Amino acid sequence: MNKHLLSAADLTAGDITRVLDTAAHLAKVTDRAIKKVPTLRGRTVCNLFFEDSTRTRISFELAAKRLSADVINFSAKGSSVSKGESLKDTAITLEAMGVDAIVIRHGASGAPWRLAEWVEAVVVNAGDGTHEHPTQALLDLYTMRQRFPGFDGLKVAIVGDVLHSRVARSNVLALTTMGAEVTLVAPPTLLPARVETWGAAVSYDLDAVLPKQDVVMMLRVQLERQRAGFFPSLREYARLYGLDARRLDAMADHAIVMHPGPMNRGVEIAAEVADSIERSVIADQVANGISVRMALLYLLLGGPEVAA
Amino acid sequence: MTRLLLRGGRLIDPASRHDGVADVLVDGRVVEVGAGLDATGAEVVDCDGLVVCPGLVDLHVHLREPGREDAETIETGSRAAALGGYTAVCPMPNTDPVADNAGVVEMVAARGREVGLVDVFPVGAVTVGQRGGELAELGAMARSAARVDCFSDDGLPIREARLLRLALEYTRAFDAVIADHAQDASLTDGAQMHEGEVSAMLGLAGWPAAAEEMVVARDLLLAELTGGRLHLCHVSTGGAVELIRAARARGVRVTAEAAPHHFALTDEAARSYDPVFKVNPPLREKADVEAVRLGLADGTIDAIATDHAPHAREDKEVEWSTAPPGMLGLETALAVTLTELVGDPSGYLDLATAVERLTAGPARCRRVPGHGGPVAPGAPANLAVFDPAATWTVDRARLASRARNTPFHGRQLLGRVVHTLLRGVFTVRDGQATR
Repeated sequence: MNKHLLSAADLTAGDITRVLDTAAHLAKVTDRAIKKVPTLRGRTVCNLFFEDSTRTRISFELAAKRLSADVINFSAKGSSVSKGESLKDTAITLEAMGVDAIVIRHGASGAPWRLAEWVEAVVVNAGDGTHEHPTQALLDLYTMRQRFPGFDGLKVAIVGDVLHSRVARSNVLALTTMGAEVTLVAPPTLLPARVETWGAAVSYDLDAVLPKQDVVMMLRVQLERQRAGFFPSLREYARLYGLDARRLDAMADHAIVMHPGPMNRGVEIAAEVADSIERSVIADQVANGISVRMALLYLLLGGPEVAA
Repeated sequence: MTRLLLRGGRLIDPASRHDGVADVLVDGRVVEVGAGLDATGAEVVDCDGLVVCPGLVDLHVHLREPGREDAETIETGSRAAALGGYTAVCPMPNTDPVADNAGVVEMVAARGREVGLVDVFPVGAVTVGQRGGELAELGAMARSAARVDCFSDDGLPIREARLLRLALEYTRAFDAVIADHAQDASLTDGAQMHEGEVSAMLGLAGWPAAAEEMVVARDLLLAELTGGRLHLCHVSTGGAVELIRAARARGVRVTAEAAPHHFALTDEAARSYDPVFKVNPPLREKADVEAVRLGLADGTIDAIATDHAPHAREDKEVEWSTAPPGMLGLETALAVTLTELVGDPSGYLDLATAVERLTAGPARCRRVPGHGGPVAPGAPANLAVFDPAATWTVDRARLASRARNTPFHGRQLLGRVVHTLLRGVFTVRDGQATR
């Protein structure tokens, strides 16, 4: 594996398998009464969040703490950043304080690449702009692997605002690396330029795609996209691209529903679909996020070999 | 004034169609051009193996003074220009205050004269404050001591077609040229880089080629309608080159420039997320680079202009989307041209044509009296002497510009400026600025 985790494109199939296998080992820690191992004792992980994302931050924080690392949370709000300090100065400050890893969430695509140039610490991309969110992709793959024997030929539909989605980019990269067959489903206005080069199939018709899928991943659609004219109304969006009970019935019996959260119930996903005990693995995704992030921090910070 | 004999160089003077070994005797002005000239009373400058040509002319620079003297000044920018072989530069009006009146353009020109390293021919704003509202006092700038004959709203191009029409018509009265930065604002709102495969992967908002081409098409139609003189800045797409080629064929009064970065680099450079590669218009795709090269080769594009855009270090050491667009160009333009367009194996332009696009070509686009050649008796001795075979490595720390944002840092380039003379006086000698 590379020193940093910036993009899902940096991960080989072997790297991804190693992360998922390590996560499976570490998941056992979470099942114990005392949910902690001493692996990263004495190491410091900084969660550097320039955007609010409580669930991702908490997931990383729990992951680091369960490995006994010291955790500091640096939120842009109420910090020197809001007083005009640059990303570079923040980086230099954290470096001077001797942090071993920086988990960064930033509204600007590519910010983790800039950070990685300025620090010696390991950098983990926890979501950058409209670009990537590689740990989300890894936890999604982990969740799929719990339900399916492997990725080769696994049919995964990613539905919604692909254009602005960091979840979609990272998942397409990781899934195609693992041999899955990905189909992107969206209105044409929410697909990126030259999407045909992504190695995924593309469709504008959710109903035609649904029956063939093993996994249906719904993306969050934001109201501001409607205001910017990408589609006429949320109601029309829900009608054409929302996953409701009728569409759930059209899916194969074994197929699962995923969502990176937070959900817009009634827009891209109906409440009864989100809460479907048989089909929805959304709560599993959240739980698995901790194990996968533990595995990543463990592998990147070079802990000792995992005792089985 | 020292009498100098530039001896034994290959004189490339596109304006007189001269390309061959010749001595050039200068004494402030060019005294004589020919073989075996008498050196009596003159200091001999050995130019054997070197190219002697008119001083380079840059139609498009940003010197940042007044307003952002922390990024560049007329002095540091002039020195960078001289080191690049230039004797004339045309600074854009996007200063603070904006060069939209006789006072500011006169101040810029006067400061240029005071520094004395290159001649500074300011570009005036078309509209008051570059705001696209009412016309600035174009006539007053044209009749000022700065004698402005080129107007542009630069990076805030005129949106309203009617206003551009009026500007093209109004400036016919003093035979001035309107230089337009072709960019449709509604298609490029928030745009960060060229729209294509790379922008999609990088999650950066795209600046589609169509946003340039539709404005180029509009501008060409308005030039045709009005009979005004149009100059198109930094042409970057294949479609724009094609539109200009077709317009020229039907006799539209249009000239065009291209920037070295647009024929040397592609949008792939953005993969680093280093904003040193962020520029407007953005770095395009390979096919566009090829089209710009061919446009320069066949004369569809008259001039190579740098769009030299210095930025303070702290303004570029940020996230890509926060950084202002723009890159340095003055000290590397000649070498990038020789390396990318003339040097083996490309051969898009022969050496004489490359020199033309840097000298007589730009001098054709607007009035820069005394520059661009011909190198003939009586003309001011504004000359560049360069070694077409020398290689050097760009080191941003050693640039004369106050800023450091060159996209060519670390690149080995072919072609090095040896001397630059402004009215017969060395501004650069043996590769070093004399002041």
